[in-house]
Order: sequence, then structure tokens, then C-alpha cells
Amino acid sequence: MITEKLIWTALETVKDPEIPTLSMVDMGIITKVEVRGESNVYVEMTPTFTGCPAIKMMENMVAERLKEIGIETIEVKTTFDTPWNSNKLTERGLMCLKKHGLAPPPKHQGEITMELLEHSICPHCDSKNTEMKTPFGPTLCRSMHYCNDCLQAFEQFKPVV
Amino acid sequence: MEHIKELLYKMADDLLVLGHRNSEWTGLGPLLEEDIAFSSMAQDKIGHSQALFQILHELGEPEPDTNAFMREAKLFHNAQFLELQNDDYDFSTIRHFLFDHADQLRFDNLANSSFEPLAKVARKIKGELKYHVFHADIWLNKLGNGNEESHARMQTELNNAWNYALGMFEKGDYEQQLITENIFEGEVSLQSKWLAVITPIIEKANLKIPSEKDWEPVLGGRKGYHTEHLDQLVTEMGEVFRIEPGAEW
Repeated sequence: MITEKLIWTALETVKDPEIPTLSMVDMGIITKVEVRGESNVYVEMTPTFTGCPAIKMMENMVAERLKEIGIETIEVKTTFDTPWNSNKLTERGLMCLKKHGLAPPPKHQGEITMELLEHSICPHCDSKNTEMKTPFGPTLCRSMHYCNDCLQAFEQFKPVV
Repeated sequence: MEHIKELLYKMADDLLVLGHRNSEWTGLGPLLEEDIAFSSMAQDKIGHSQALFQILHELGEPEPDTNAFMREAKLFHNAQFLELQNDDYDFSTIRHFLFDHADQLRFDNLANSSFEPLAKVARKIKGELKYHVFHADIWLNKLGNGNEESHARMQTELNNAWNYALGMFEKGDYEQQLITENIFEGEVSLQSKWLAVITPIIEKANLKIPSEKDWEPVLGGRKGYHTEHLDQLVTEMGEVFRIEPGAEW
């Protein structure tokens, strides 16, 4: 018997192609799972950033995983119906980012300010004595920072509303 | 639907064309961080244009890649401002500042559009644009208040860009219908909000907006009248796609 819970559990093993410690479920980009029949599943996703070039690849990874557990009819669709924002990362997701050496995005209250971006917490030594070098990084979802205490550059997963 | 298509086309083309111009800084930025910033903004802009082309496709227009890469320059609806060559980093930064504030305000407004497919995309995009605007404000301030040379160069390029920037607010044929149906607030309203937002930032950067008696918006882009720079851009941008339309790269 296929249940929604079983599908969610299966999807926990599908990781972000660029951050192998972080699952798509913990990233908060799987927005809907529907069991439509005995072996018929519909999954809805939403991109972290509109221009994210990995989204097609991630759709395929989700479909592959469902195939692996024996689902025959699979539809994976990306929509903006439930737009992503960085507060959608789960607690476990935030931990996974840190483990990967990325500063997790600070929780926002619906607005991103320069103050929120400065002084992010260094993922290596937990110091707040840091500065933002640039709001852009190696992927659309990261910014670049420098820690004045441990003297290391680091990246932060950007807060987005 | 013609009124909605007109709105979507002009926005999608602005973003595609500026996205392409931004991407021309890849590998050539004055600092590594700026190289990355303009490359990232290029990716965002082109992603935003793709989302709008996708809505157009759902309204019966060609699929996004074909629409972006197979049209001739005279079928583009972008403002001429965006097709101008990058020139130096000074002009690119001024254009980035003037366009991105307008873009942010446009998407802020469209987040409440009565046309739900556009409102949904706008609600997502407006959050991403915060970073573009932060970046523009930082550099305007840094260079405007930098040394004599940087200040003079920024003022010169602000003067050069100004009338082109006003051309971003050229009205379309369906302006009133868009306003009446609560799809979009209209260019006049957008322009006045834009002026209110950018004026104090420009002043803080120790720069001056050209005197109002010299304002002469460069119009025509929305109607398909362009400079020779767009021909060159469109040819280059679609070069690979046109080798074999429909191929999976």
C-alpha cells in the first residue's frame, strides 16, 4: 500500500546535487505529494531561486527515486504555487548545511535587510565577528563572508523572503 | 489577452536582454567578486525572463527557448536602455542601479496583480531582487563617494543614462486596460515611485539627477524600434540555439 508518508520518507534520500548532506525534503522544495492511484504518484516542487539551473535535474532525481521504490506512474511538476523562502528549511536542513561548511540562513521576519546579512555566524568557529564580502556566490543561493576571528572565508545559504 | 501579452513581452525582453549584457561581464569583472555578482545577476535575470516566457507560452505563444532565441531584433519589446553596450563598469553599474530599482518596484506591484499566474511568479521574484538592489546601492554609494575620478565617471554616466532610463516607462497601447483590470499599476505610477526611491540614494552617493528641463525619454523600444546594438546582441545570443533548434544541449 503506497501512502503519502512512504513517499515523503523515500524522498528524504534524494539530496541536493550541490550540497550532498541536504535532502530536498529538508530544503523545503517539495511542496506537495499526492497518491493518485495504486501506483500513481504526483509530486510538486518549487525552486529556491527562479533561475536555479538544477531544477530539471532535481525533478528527474525525484522521478528516479520513485521508480526505484516501484511506482509506475509518476508526475513531477515545478510550480510557483507555494513559493520557497529560506524559513522553509527544516531544523535538520539547517544542521546539514552547517555540517557541509555553509552558514545556515538566519530566520527572517518577512524582510531581508543589510543588518541581517552582515554578521552572519561563522560555520567553523560560531563567531559573530564576521563581514559579508558580497551578496553573490558560486550559486544563486549563496553569499560570501569572512570571519575576523578564525580568519576563514565562508559561504552562507542566503536568507530569501 | 493582448494587453497581458504586451506587458509580459516587454518585461521578459528587458530581463533577457539585460541578463545577456550582465553575462558579458563573466570573466571580465573588475574584481573577482564583481565578476561573480554580474554573472549571478545574469542567471537571475534570464531565469526571471524564462518564467515570464513560460506564462506567455501558456497563453499560446511559442515555447520559451524558441521565443527568446529565434525572434529578430525588431520583434523585441525591451527598452533601448537595456540593449546599449556595457561600455565600462561605470555605465554598467549606473544601468544596474536605475533598472533594478524599477524592476523591484514593478514586481512588488505585480505581486498583487489580478492576473494570478503573473502574481505568483512576482511574489517569488521580488524577494530575489532584494539582492540586486542591495548590490547596486552599495556600489553607487562606494563609487559616488569614492575619489574624484570615480565620482566624475559616475556622474557622467548617470547623465548619459538618464533619458534612456526614462524610456523604461514608455506606455504601451493597452496601458489603461491593464490599470482598469488591476493587472498592473501603469508606467506613470511606477515612474513616480521609482523617482521617490532612487532620489535619496543618488543624493547620498553625492550625485545629481539631471535637471528636469533636460528630460527627454528615449522611446520606441516597446514598439520594436532599436539601436544597432540589439541586432548584434540578438545574433550572438541565439547563435548556438540556431545551429540546431530543438536540440538537447
